[in-house]
Amino acid sequence: MSSTTATVPEAGPRTRSLPRRLLGRPELGSVVGAAAVFVFFAIVADSFLSASSLSTVLYASSTIGIMAVPVALLMIGGEFDLSAGVMVTSSALVSSMFSYQMTANVWVGVGVSLLVTLAIGFFNGFVLTRTKLPSFIITLGTFLMLTGLNLGFTKLISGTVSTKTIGDMEGIESARALFASHFTLGDVDLQVTVLWWIGLVAVATWVLLRTRAGNWVFAVGGGVDAARAVGVPVRRTKIGLYMAVAFCAWVSGQHLLMSYDVVQSGEGVGNELLYIIAAVIGGCLMTGGYGSAIGSAVGAFIFGMTSKGIVYAQWNPDWFKFFLGAMLLLATLLNAWVRKRAEASK
Amino acid sequence: MSAVLAAVLGATLAGCSSTGGKRAEERAAKAAQGRSAVDTPRWTFAMVTHSGDGDTFWDIVQSGAKQAAVKDNIKFLYAHDVEGNKQAQSVQAMIDQKVDGLIVSLAKPDAMKDVVAKAVKAGIPVITVNSGSDKSKEFGALTHIGQDEVIAGEAVGEQLNQRGKKKAVCVLHEQGNVGHEQRCEGVKKAFKGEVVNLYVEGTNMPNVQSSIEAKLQSDKDVDAVVTLGAPFAPTAVKAAQQAGSKAEVDTFDLNAKVADSLKDGSLGFAVDQDPYLQGYEAVDLLWLYRYNRDMLGGGRPVLTGPQIVTKDDAKVLAEYTKRGTR
Repeated sequence: MSSTTATVPEAGPRTRSLPRRLLGRPELGSVVGAAAVFVFFAIVADSFLSASSLSTVLYASSTIGIMAVPVALLMIGGEFDLSAGVMVTSSALVSSMFSYQMTANVWVGVGVSLLVTLAIGFFNGFVLTRTKLPSFIITLGTFLMLTGLNLGFTKLISGTVSTKTIGDMEGIESARALFASHFTLGDVDLQVTVLWWIGLVAVATWVLLRTRAGNWVFAVGGGVDAARAVGVPVRRTKIGLYMAVAFCAWVSGQHLLMSYDVVQSGEGVGNELLYIIAAVIGGCLMTGGYGSAIGSAVGAFIFGMTSKGIVYAQWNPDWFKFFLGAMLLLATLLNAWVRKRAEASK
Repeated sequence: MSAVLAAVLGATLAGCSSTGGKRAEERAAKAAQGRSAVDTPRWTFAMVTHSGDGDTFWDIVQSGAKQAAVKDNIKFLYAHDVEGNKQAQSVQAMIDQKVDGLIVSLAKPDAMKDVVAKAVKAGIPVITVNSGSDKSKEFGALTHIGQDEVIAGEAVGEQLNQRGKKKAVCVLHEQGNVGHEQRCEGVKKAFKGEVVNLYVEGTNMPNVQSSIEAKLQSDKDVDAVVTLGAPFAPTAVKAAQQAGSKAEVDTFDLNAKVADSLKDGSLGFAVDQDPYLQGYEAVDLLWLYRYNRDMLGGGRPVLTGPQIVTKDDAKVLAEYTKRGTR
């Protein structure tokens, strides 16, 4: 259990120096990586440092980051969710089609969508804890089912593969303000998703480090049987984690819908891996029990910088996936090395 | 070691092929090269499309755009993403770089609306290509270059009528592609016989083949199979052979393999929208606009197709498809 640093309340005078304490943080490796990527693109791409570029990068990062937070928590809890990518699309589809077909206020659709998405998350967690099958298999099943449902239902209800616009319905203005507006800070134009992202990271960090539920997450990821033995409600914790993923999928889904008033039913496939990549670059272990929410945010930021940096550097986009893969390997190696040093110096 | 190397080298030299291969490709490429023919400033034009990774069609669009860029002394940038949201982000990244001209495809118009408006507001001339002819003007683009998918479908339907076909299968290889639905709709509109839609998984060729095979085995009346992309035509031909069906295979779009199959008669006809022209004209028209405020089309889309390609045309086109420009 390497997570004891987070679970033991700080008592007495601190004996460890600041650098030592920093070394013990899961996200340290990724922060170093992020700084390196930032400096690299600042040098090779002239327009990378302008205010408008920075807001584009932050926006790209936030669309991944909002989902990377709960995915990181889930991975600390020792599980995967492969349905997270299409769940975002499902959430947006439910919202828009319910509002349109019922000619209801947009907020009704948004509320129904929250319930439906949470139900999908609950289903994932419930089936997992009941069947004891690996989460990889269960969420792979959910992923495929949702992909089919997205296409099938949209075609059945709307007659085409994208939904009808809800841009002229009541409630769209206020929903847009909450999920898809933008504001100016200094001379940087920021999307509201960046605020959602920062808020979610803050909440998740507080839960992980300062609450009992956070301890439970570390405990179930560290070892289910040991956790159960000391009285941790394993099933409730895991179901809760899946529902947290669902909640964030709902936020992302509403953002997509309110940005464009229309949803394409086939989108979202493949994004689940990006969320996992962001969490892993940010220091989460594949085996569970170790990681942080801040790390996932740094991982998402690295992803955003790379995906847009290649455009600013005016490189051929064919190479993007190669860079992403190389970065994933490098970041994970760096994380492992930092962790070893930290454990050796304890 | 060196003996082995010598043997290998010797074998390669002795075993030269006088036809095909890399050398034939280089000869063809030389014929298609050029250098800047103008002395206008070096402007930067960017193209952002909804293409997936490694897409044949968009590769040809790019080669047209690059050819025009060389001629017009343009620095050409390219980015793409299948998801509307990410495509819009890439367009934003191009605006951030203050490019002098922008070329976008509007397969997901709603996702692109705001960002195209931003470009127009920033004073960047925008031209739309390939998809979104109905939205192009509304979004503030100068013109649209492409093919009307319904009209292209109708051209196929009429061609099938001429060939006396009775029942056609329209093979859609991408669930969720509006343009594909429109093509099959167009076929239905113009074709006097019956049209059945068949959805297949385009990223999985064996699955495409087995699906078409199963359809042809279970329905003996089918006498025409229409595929919506060049890579799927040879697969459909194989499927027809396997199923022992006499159905004629026809396709949208061209590639080297399709041109060869047209020549040897295993394909009936192809309907081409000339992707090379879409890329070339987009860059060239932007150049004309910057240089002389010219714009083709008079506010209407500039059409690059449909062009029906039959056995006779294929003989001429085969050479061009091989070098990746048709």
